[in-house]
Amino acid sequence: MEKNTIIELKNITVEFDGEKVLDDMSLSIRDGEFVTFLGSSGCGKTTTLRLIAGFLEPDSGEVFFDGKNMRGVPPYKREVNTIFQRYALFPHYNVYENIAYGLRVRKVPEAQIKEQVTEMLRLVNLQGFEKRNVTKLSGGQQQRVAIARALVLKPKILLLDEPLAALDLKLRKDMQNELKNIQKQTGITFIFVTHDQEEALSMSDTVVVMNEGKIQQIGSPIDIYNEPENAFVADFIGESNILDGIMKSDYNACFAGRCFPCLDKGFEPGEEVDIVVRPEDVDIVKADQGMLRGTVTSVTFLGVHFEIIVDIGGFKWMIQTTDEHKEGEVVGLVIEPDAIHVMKKSKYSGQFGDYSSYSDEIDTLNVIEEEEN
Amino acid sequence: MKKRSFAQRIAGAPYILWAALFIVIPMAIVVYYAFTDANGQFSFDNIKQLADYKETFLISFEYSFIATVITLIISYPFAYLMSKKSAASQRIMMMLVMLPMWMNLLIRTYSWMNILERNGIINNFLEQFGIEPLKMIGTPGAVIFGMIYNYIPYMIIPIYNVMSKIDKSLLESAEDLGSNGLSKLRRVILPLSMPGVISGFTMVFVPSVSTFYISQKLGGGKVMLIGDAIERQMQTSYNYNLGASLSLVLMIVILISMIVVNRFAGDDDLLI
Repeated sequence: MEKNTIIELKNITVEFDGEKVLDDMSLSIRDGEFVTFLGSSGCGKTTTLRLIAGFLEPDSGEVFFDGKNMRGVPPYKREVNTIFQRYALFPHYNVYENIAYGLRVRKVPEAQIKEQVTEMLRLVNLQGFEKRNVTKLSGGQQQRVAIARALVLKPKILLLDEPLAALDLKLRKDMQNELKNIQKQTGITFIFVTHDQEEALSMSDTVVVMNEGKIQQIGSPIDIYNEPENAFVADFIGESNILDGIMKSDYNACFAGRCFPCLDKGFEPGEEVDIVVRPEDVDIVKADQGMLRGTVTSVTFLGVHFEIIVDIGGFKWMIQTTDEHKEGEVVGLVIEPDAIHVMKKSKYSGQFGDYSSYSDEIDTLNVIEEEEN
Repeated sequence: MKKRSFAQRIAGAPYILWAALFIVIPMAIVVYYAFTDANGQFSFDNIKQLADYKETFLISFEYSFIATVITLIISYPFAYLMSKKSAASQRIMMMLVMLPMWMNLLIRTYSWMNILERNGIINNFLEQFGIEPLKMIGTPGAVIFGMIYNYIPYMIIPIYNVMSKIDKSLLESAEDLGSNGLSKLRRVILPLSMPGVISGFTMVFVPSVSTFYISQKLGGGKVMLIGDAIERQMQTSYNYNLGASLSLVLMIVILISMIVVNRFAGDDDLLI
């Protein structure tokens, strides 16, 4: 089935007090997708959401909805509904009236309102809550009311602004599954905003990684993780060792003092590149059997695995392994060709991916603690 | 229940003492006077005499009600606009609202006398253009105007306070769900600002209904409100018993009307 573009952003720029919050951003979103804007606070993800909802007009650029330019169209005329970060339920209405709000505004007959609200309550698992005071509900329940209140209007797009941020971890996991199910059941386009990379990867069809008002990468969660486009994305999504390297030729990348076979091609011979190696893709072997050799400088037990910092010629690698190693131990590392990912140099090169600051931080913290003791 | 510490128990003591001395005991005295005659004998005479003041009561309530409603009509949109302005403008507007309150009520009312008089500022001004002097002082209109003028800050401030605390995301949420400006006002802003309206209503209505100074000065002796009647019994006729019974009935009627207002608004958290 061919899916149509439902939202298109064209060269959007938004400034607040002379500062560019969104910088010439373009993006299109297909109907029925679960799209996530991922980035740290201030990256422009919420601003993008507010542009689509209509609470904000871009300083330049246009928003198209189903091919129609949305400039000057107020929020109440857009077929888009929002789940606000703090839910924004109406405290003076009970659960039923909150969900019925949009239908009442549209002057839907009472019998139909009752039918649709009941159906929504079933969808979000809140049967029997009709008469409850919304301010007395738990965070998760308020969240469900907010979802029902938006979905009852059958919007073409549902915008979700960090909707799970206020929930505790367990509830957050449950709601992630539930949201994903609701999206599948209804087929509505979900545009989700979060700073939690795990949430983004586990829920979305498409992830849009943003930083400093610009899109860093758009892709499926697997692509984003395995093929990060630059050092920022590699560092932001999961853990990464990012090294300076040189592409000697196709399928041959040189870094950390030697050359490795890899799967990347299409670079100029001798081009300077960033090399990404994920901590879980490195195998630790005996010192004399490795491609690289280094000293373990720190070991942290995290339950499922150990996080080990290995110093190789002054660059500190993070490696995740299920085997225990001791601090000071000399180990060998094996890096398979498919574990190496080569990226073009970007303005983020050299800023991320070295774990020497990581162990430094721990050292400093220890020193401070000792001083305090 | 949690045990309260000594400090917690004595923290309320000053106010309880104050309330006992200056609220509860005087009330008891009012009740005592209301049900006794000049010789201190128990009697219903004062209560029976109240029938003569039916008109006065009705007029007092009518004028104060009109004044309060007009005050509300002026204040509500003003408070709404004020709550939407920038922080700096809000401070300036708030100061302008409060400014008249820095002056004593008696002085303010007295100056309105000079403005509204037969030979007052307005009529002098109109005379320049050959317009016949208007009769303003001594009319119910002047009394109602005086009430509005004096008590309007007590309406604006509570409404503004409530409105400025309404979560902005609720308003965005209303728009998001399809409300235009009017529907947002009716379905969200109005119900959420009701507590402010009720306290504003109370704070304007209660002093208006019991005022005697405004009606004396701006009513020119032609408008007698219940406050004037009480003052006359106390100050001129030295009939404390009748004065007390008038006061008692006034208090009870105010209490009842406030309960009605609260019930009408459907908010049982607030009592008066």
